[in-house]
Amino acid sequence: MVQMLGEGFLTSLQIFAFTLIGALPLGVPVALLRVSRFKVVRGITRAYISVMRGTPLMLQMFAIYFMPYYVFGIQLTTDSKWQAAIVAFIINYAAYFAEIYRSGLQSIPRGQYEAAEVLGYSKAQTFLYIVLPQVVKRIMPAIGNEVITLVKDTSLAFAIGVGEMFSTAKALVASQVSMVPFAIAAAIYWVFNFAVELVLGRIEKMLSYYHD
Amino acid sequence: MPVVSMKDARKAFGGTEVLRGISLEVERGEAVAIIGPSGGGKSTLLRCMTLLETLDGGALSYGDLAVATEGASGRSVYAKGEELKQARGRFGLVFQNYNLFPHFTVMRNITDAPLRVQKRPAGEVEQRARELIAKMGLEGCEDKVPCQLSGGQQQRVSIARALAMNPEILYFDEPTSALDPELTAEVLRVIKGLAAEQMTMVVVTHEMNFAREVADRVVFMDGGVIVEEGPAEQVIDAPREERTRAFLTRVGE
Repeated sequence: MVQMLGEGFLTSLQIFAFTLIGALPLGVPVALLRVSRFKVVRGITRAYISVMRGTPLMLQMFAIYFMPYYVFGIQLTTDSKWQAAIVAFIINYAAYFAEIYRSGLQSIPRGQYEAAEVLGYSKAQTFLYIVLPQVVKRIMPAIGNEVITLVKDTSLAFAIGVGEMFSTAKALVASQVSMVPFAIAAAIYWVFNFAVELVLGRIEKMLSYYHD
Repeated sequence: MPVVSMKDARKAFGGTEVLRGISLEVERGEAVAIIGPSGGGKSTLLRCMTLLETLDGGALSYGDLAVATEGASGRSVYAKGEELKQARGRFGLVFQNYNLFPHFTVMRNITDAPLRVQKRPAGEVEQRARELIAKMGLEGCEDKVPCQLSGGQQQRVSIARALAMNPEILYFDEPTSALDPELTAEVLRVIKGLAAEQMTMVVVTHEMNFAREVADRVVFMDGGVIVEEGPAEQVIDAPREERTRAFLTRVGE
């Protein structure tokens, strides 16, 4: 039983890892488009973020899973569920990350940009060396929240039949007529998140050598 | 040739004219103090001279480098990016609230731009930084970050940061108005030292005693124009214009 849950957890872990690898970087261009000079670009980005945050991730997964078939007539394969889940997680979390990045970017005082400009830094240098490191420090607590939520959200992939840990636990509960698998799954989620908290704490400590 | 030359500078923010035809030249080795009431256009003038704001009308040049020329319609026409970049290398600016980079150590605050922007050799930049740190009385602070320093120390770091770029002219925007009186003194002492070394500078200040001691020339600005300018003894101690007199009375001189 523990072995089955362990295998399920590996799938959960993959969803978790792929989502972070995809969504953390994807949030950057989204955040930049969100504050674009062009009103249309800003508007579209805003609508995207609003839909991603305003509708259930579970429904988004369904939409992405079934769209290829209903809209384009593409036959779904056994990999489709997994692919749909990953895409849904990435574009959903990218929206959240983008808003966190935006809040971080907008919290950097104008004076920092002005000091860099007078010293002759290019726009790219200013962003990379002056602004970005400060943004990272400011947004770490908010990012930490999302990362911890993501660990638990991986269980939503259950809805389209991806065999992650929650699906496995549910199946075990049904077959063994026992709640123990749920309890074990809960413990695994918690232990993993405890490890995540330790890592986040380490990062925040590394960045605590200064305050502004 | 003056280090910086501004002619008939005009600038408005949403219909409010903040600069209404300012002409100002600063010669090499000269220290100019700009005084005047808040909202008189002093900071905007400095921001236009340091390219943080663009002029609506008028001309601006640094030595032989034309930054903005007056077009046919009287509107300012700015040079291309490469020339602006070159011009930025000729001046430094010390901000009222320092604007140090909080995540850099004192040393890196001073050396980062010379290395990254000017691409000067590391050995030379570091040596220059150490000289400046000593000159500013900041020995022992090299590896500290700004939040570990007092306001006066932070302002001295920001002066060192500006000087490390080897500018031809240094601007100060009310460099002591965010500081307690005892910290003000240490910053003013450093600026006086620079003036004694014939550093070309323009200081926007509320410190009349300081202006009197340091400035070769005092410029009184009000309502977006230069009302009066001349040697400190004249402008501060024997102003000709009624507006200058009224201002000096208000600030208690």
